[in-house]
Amino acid sequence: MGRTVTTIDGNEAVAHVVYRLNEVIAIYPITPSSPMAEWADAWATEERPNLWRTIPAVVEMQSEAGVAGAIHGALQTGALATTFTASQGLLLMLPNMYKIAGELTPAVFHIAARTVAAHALSIFGDHSDVMAARATGWAMLCANSPQEAHDCAAIAHAASLASRIPFMHFFDGFRTSHEIAKIELLDDSDLRVLVPEAAVLAHRARALSPDHPVLRGSAQNPDVFFQAREASNGCYTACPAVVQATMDRFAALTGRRYRLFDYHGAPDAERVIVLMGSGAETAEETVDYLTARDAKVGVLKVRLYRPFDAQRFVAALPPSTRALAVLDRTKEPGSVGEPLYLDVVTAIQEGLSNGWGPLTAQPRIVGGRYGLSSKEFTPAMVKAVFDNLAAAQPQNHFTIGIDDDVTHTSLAFDPAFATEPDNVVRALFYGLGADGTVGANKNAIKIIGEETDNYAQGYFVYDSKKSGAVTVSHLRFGPAPIRSTYLIDQANFVACHQPIFLDRYDMLAHILPGGTFLLNSHHPADQVWDHLPRRMQEQIIAKQVQFYVIDAAAVAREAGMARQINTVMQTCFFAISGVLPRDVAIAQIKQAVKKTYGKKGEAVVAMNLRAIDQTLDHLYAVPVPGVATSTRVLPPPVAGAAPPFVCDVIAAMIAGRGDALPVSALPIDGTFPTGTAQYEKRNLAETIPVWDPDICIQCGKCALVCPHGVIRIKAYAPAALAGAPPTFKATGARDREYQGLQYTIQVAPEDCTGCGICVDVCPVKNKAMPRLKAINMAPQPPLREPERANWDFFRTLPELDRRNIKVGNIRQQQIQQPLFEFSGACSGCGETPYLKLLSQLFGDRLVIANATGCSSIYGGNLPTTPWTTNAAGRGPAWANSLFEDNAEFGLGFRVSLDQQRTFATELLARLGAEVGADLVAALLTAEQQDEADIEAQRERVATLKERLAGLETPAAQQLQAVADLLVRKSVWIVGGDGWAYDIGYGGLDHVLASGANVKVLVLDTEVYSNTGGQRSKATPRGAVAKFAAGGKTAAKKDLGLIAMTYGNIYVASVALGARDEQTLKAFLEAEAYDGPALIIAYSHCIAHGIEMGEGMQHQKAAVDAGQWLLYRYNPDRAQRGENPLILDSRPPQVPVEQYLYSENRFRMLTKTRPAAAHALLAAAQHDVQTRWSLYEYLAARKFAAPAAAPAQKGS
Amino acid sequence: MNLTTTYLGLTLHSPLVPSASPLTGDLDNIKRLEDGGAAAIILPSLFEEQLTQESQALHFHLTQGTYSFAEALTYFPVPADEFTFGPESYLEHIRQAKEAVDIPIIASLNGSSPGGWTGYARQMAQAGADALELNIYYIPTELTLTGTQVEQTYFDILHAVKAAVRIPVAVKLSPFFSNLAYMAGRLDEAGADALVLFNRFYQPDVDLDALEIRPRVLLSTPQALRLPLTWIGILYGRVQADLAATSGIHTAEDVVKMLMVGARVTLLCSALLKRGIGHLRVVEHDLRHWLEEHEYDSLAQLQGSMSQLHCPDPTAFERVQYIRALQTFQPQVAR
Repeated sequence: MGRTVTTIDGNEAVAHVVYRLNEVIAIYPITPSSPMAEWADAWATEERPNLWRTIPAVVEMQSEAGVAGAIHGALQTGALATTFTASQGLLLMLPNMYKIAGELTPAVFHIAARTVAAHALSIFGDHSDVMAARATGWAMLCANSPQEAHDCAAIAHAASLASRIPFMHFFDGFRTSHEIAKIELLDDSDLRVLVPEAAVLAHRARALSPDHPVLRGSAQNPDVFFQAREASNGCYTACPAVVQATMDRFAALTGRRYRLFDYHGAPDAERVIVLMGSGAETAEETVDYLTARDAKVGVLKVRLYRPFDAQRFVAALPPSTRALAVLDRTKEPGSVGEPLYLDVVTAIQEGLSNGWGPLTAQPRIVGGRYGLSSKEFTPAMVKAVFDNLAAAQPQNHFTIGIDDDVTHTSLAFDPAFATEPDNVVRALFYGLGADGTVGANKNAIKIIGEETDNYAQGYFVYDSKKSGAVTVSHLRFGPAPIRSTYLIDQANFVACHQPIFLDRYDMLAHILPGGTFLLNSHHPADQVWDHLPRRMQEQIIAKQVQFYVIDAAAVAREAGMARQINTVMQTCFFAISGVLPRDVAIAQIKQAVKKTYGKKGEAVVAMNLRAIDQTLDHLYAVPVPGVATSTRVLPPPVAGAAPPFVCDVIAAMIAGRGDALPVSALPIDGTFPTGTAQYEKRNLAETIPVWDPDICIQCGKCALVCPHGVIRIKAYAPAALAGAPPTFKATGARDREYQGLQYTIQVAPEDCTGCGICVDVCPVKNKAMPRLKAINMAPQPPLREPERANWDFFRTLPELDRRNIKVGNIRQQQIQQPLFEFSGACSGCGETPYLKLLSQLFGDRLVIANATGCSSIYGGNLPTTPWTTNAAGRGPAWANSLFEDNAEFGLGFRVSLDQQRTFATELLARLGAEVGADLVAALLTAEQQDEADIEAQRERVATLKERLAGLETPAAQQLQAVADLLVRKSVWIVGGDGWAYDIGYGGLDHVLASGANVKVLVLDTEVYSNTGGQRSKATPRGAVAKFAAGGKTAAKKDLGLIAMTYGNIYVASVALGARDEQTLKAFLEAEAYDGPALIIAYSHCIAHGIEMGEGMQHQKAAVDAGQWLLYRYNPDRAQRGENPLILDSRPPQVPVEQYLYSENRFRMLTKTRPAAAHALLAAAQHDVQTRWSLYEYLAARKFAAPAAAPAQKGS
Repeated sequence: MNLTTTYLGLTLHSPLVPSASPLTGDLDNIKRLEDGGAAAIILPSLFEEQLTQESQALHFHLTQGTYSFAEALTYFPVPADEFTFGPESYLEHIRQAKEAVDIPIIASLNGSSPGGWTGYARQMAQAGADALELNIYYIPTELTLTGTQVEQTYFDILHAVKAAVRIPVAVKLSPFFSNLAYMAGRLDEAGADALVLFNRFYQPDVDLDALEIRPRVLLSTPQALRLPLTWIGILYGRVQADLAATSGIHTAEDVVKMLMVGARVTLLCSALLKRGIGHLRVVEHDLRHWLEEHEYDSLAQLQGSMSQLHCPDPTAFERVQYIRALQTFQPQVAR
């Protein structure tokens, strides 16, 4: 029987091998490696056995450092153990990796190689992570494609066991880990042949055991450490041969031949490129193209990078080699060259010296960097590198793929150069995340890959926004293996799944002459032409494009599929692309639908089948006129008057032209202006809220909960209304303290995502028509223009003086200007309202340390940031360090700011005579407890700076630099539960215990949201999450209770949707407390499987059921002899089931494992009762004031 | 006292049968009901539409936001097991109930598609149900839908289900037909083994505080028995199908009245929800006591005795009685 041929991505391809070859799998989520861990967990949950017919133990750790420790332990005690990781995760494993290698322990880590964060984080692919680990003593085996990743995973495990050297098996993050390709799976018998059973037993025999005890991990002195370090040399020397022997056995089994260094190209090549990873595939494709045109070129693919076998390397080169270009997908600033380049130079030199290999003369060797952070690497770039080698003086230390107009490292390339053969069908699909485009395309690849002889490739490009994100699917099909590891630039087929993209993207710039364009539009075939932008009309005419249209939304709606147009568009693709005969294709799509949705019940299958059947009747060919008639042009990417940097740089990124930005356009240190999200008008919402001033009670709740900061409130003098647009709404302010002022609630129509959460929380109903509230959703398109004018006018209205706003009640507090707006968070996000509130309360004096996670992405992922400034130019200063160190990062802020403030006070004292004793005294004794105090202090500092300006002494200049520190600065440490409960917990605990005046806001979604919903220790019992596919069996960690045990930490547990006033109170108390504070904020999340527009109801339901407690623990109360703990929620009002089963994260378990769900529900109810009893007891305890000295806040 | 009756071809030791309600959805309750004297059990209705909606909702929520953002392409694990929205748990409940008790188990079905009616009916029969109650709970609201079309839907469903299963089939009806007697006659012809009179639709209420329409469940009051009493009285002896009375049966007297007008069984729901399972034994005791006190030998002796066919004044069941009632009505005038 032949092996299974399937179409899967690189991650799944690797997991298929790794799962079968291991028995302990320790995991922790990190993009882009997480899916490998998810597969392993899912298979273990379904009790799938490994090669030895036992079910691997899959254990999630608190961090990658924890994973490495656990793996080290598992290996030491004789298990076959593995993990998956990338980037910072790999860096956290380094210390253990040295140990594992030093102890000659066979193991393989599988790495979806990803950029290491430097001037910025990047989730995309390059080799900076594995290169940072190259000194650990681990072998490094590189795979270039999903098939190779599958194969090399097995080769690495076998070679590691045979050689005792641990292996990093790596492949390019995203380009390989997420590329879907048609591959042949190794079956169990292959693996049995490949993996030496004797080596497994030898590994077991070396295990630590009290039955034959040994000691490892000794401490050694100068006398022997060095020698001992050299003692393992033999294993390293032997390792390359072991790997090659394994590759040879593999070839005998499968016919797929690998070599440590694989040369491909002309036997008499003079110019050779050396590289590793997915780029080598593109290089091979280009070499084939060029050699067919008689070019003497070749590519040498490095597979085993460590141990680097210099002898085999030089032997692999053609004797005719005259020039070598070594390409590194990493950057080592300050080095002589990047790592592979240095190795090659050394190898060639040693080869020539020792007479190894065929070279007789020193070839020219140059090094270059390419593809950082998944930067495209195309045949045009490969050709440019070859062209460089042909030059009399080839450029060394070059870059390719960018325009370096600063240090002029970059090679020029001709973007029009292409190598793809005509028999490859190339299709591009522009879709929204929400419309299912990617899922449908995955099915299309499967159908073509598995049901025809064609090879297939799918790669998907995603937006950096979580709501309204565009996805571009790149699909290739052809009769030969596809090596094009770059995006499709010229397509036979382009589909636009959302008409909104017509105004955003120049889609037909990528269509080949005679290609097919499919548009989803509600305009009928005889009218749609008139609704195209002019440029698109011209392109269709000039390129003789065949144009089809379908109203997919209508077909989907009729079939009961809401916005999911995927099946409809997929059917259209097959119907008009001709990849398969139409009838065959339809039958296959139906089959795929049954396979994909079968688990979700007959109803879901049925509606998809209905949609397929109805599609072809609604698909029309559009006659193309001879001339373009449209006057519609693409709107500029940036709205309104924007600063030059925004217009020149940010706008290019927004428009998808960021690749064309030269080096000079970018800051040299990763510093960007804030306040940029306001220029990116995304127009995502189909409906937006409309305010009814006649019935509004001006409670402010709509603005409070708005996740995107698009609902704004102002109270202002009536005179300010002069010049208001005709539809601008205003009414008298109802608050007694604002008598005589006008009041407006204004919506930013182009920034709203249409989640509807504002309407859901509005407490007022229209008496004549109770379905209406004081704010109601209405279609956006007719409102866009008038409301844009209203919004622009609203922005010109003056902000109410902060000193006149009582922050203790929401109705007034919500008039404060938010300094967090229009984020790219999910529509209806449960986290962002807390951040917006924070920005309103303290934004003008706020420094934020933000842990990596959702909040760092919607807060800091280019092109824009939602953090912004007020009219005075003040606003939150924001930075992200890492995932694991955020509390420490924030503590660093505090210590630094306090130190500089102290320095400022010292300087003040020294300069008293010059700046005035009264001013100094006032500056030093200012209370700064409220807005008025702070404003007064700002004025004093301004006066101080004026006086200092006239002084030229060093002390005066120093004081000028630190004078702003005399105004209170608020340090908030923000992050999610993955950070606070797991990876950052050690640091968080330390920072809280330090007594420092830092405030911690934990946005608790009870799951790792940003990486796709993996279990954290905050995940409640019974919830289904990745890494807890069978429902989490342990109870949620009580972080607040742990913090309370210190006694000197302000702790609050809040849920905005349950009691907003309590949330507000907690923020104010936390800020006022002169010491560390921790606020744990319940944040509903898309990973809960809920209707996001009703997120606040879920928050309330969680509190009503006692699942989430509201409380405040204020150590200041203890000082007054009061119990510091105040329980703000009532005893559980309803059974916890009522809340849990309103969320699909809990409910889905009842549909898959009802017995387990039943048991976990009972346990969850028990948790609620015991927790309530404990808190009730704690809150009721009698408390005496401390007898003597007050409790120490610091230590 | 012999309380034996027959219903749907089943011999029951008494006419007291707990009807479809949340009570019978719990296995322990079913055992307690048997111990309390229930002669058969009607399980809660399986609502096909609910299963469909649940499946679609889960699909929606598990896929929303997916494939939008490179780091989080999905938010939930791919379950190893299939989601079971279908009737599996219901069928398992039938199986367990059959194992747990000796009295007949009658399954109840509310379909929403032709395939659903027949497919689920067949599966219920295979799971061991002794009989099937078709709960045709359907509120037509379209202005253009004719009464004939509505009626045809009922006939089509019954035909399809009868063709699909061999076990007896009861049809639970609402009273809202132009001519209920015609409906009963046609359903009888179509092979209905019993007619259950009547289905009580949930009638929504206005929440004055929240200004919302709330689907509050109102438990039946003893007054509700008049409607089924009337129609069982009228239909008795005119249709082959057994007649089952439901709505407003709270006491032994209520049971007696229903049996007298012609019911084979009396289905209890609200009384048990209000007063607990133990109330069943009270009704049975009172029933025996009443029969003994009034010197009846068996149920058979009184079944149908007060139907329109056998009662002293058959016209009393018809419209004229309503006019008389009004004519003889003496308002209480405050003095």
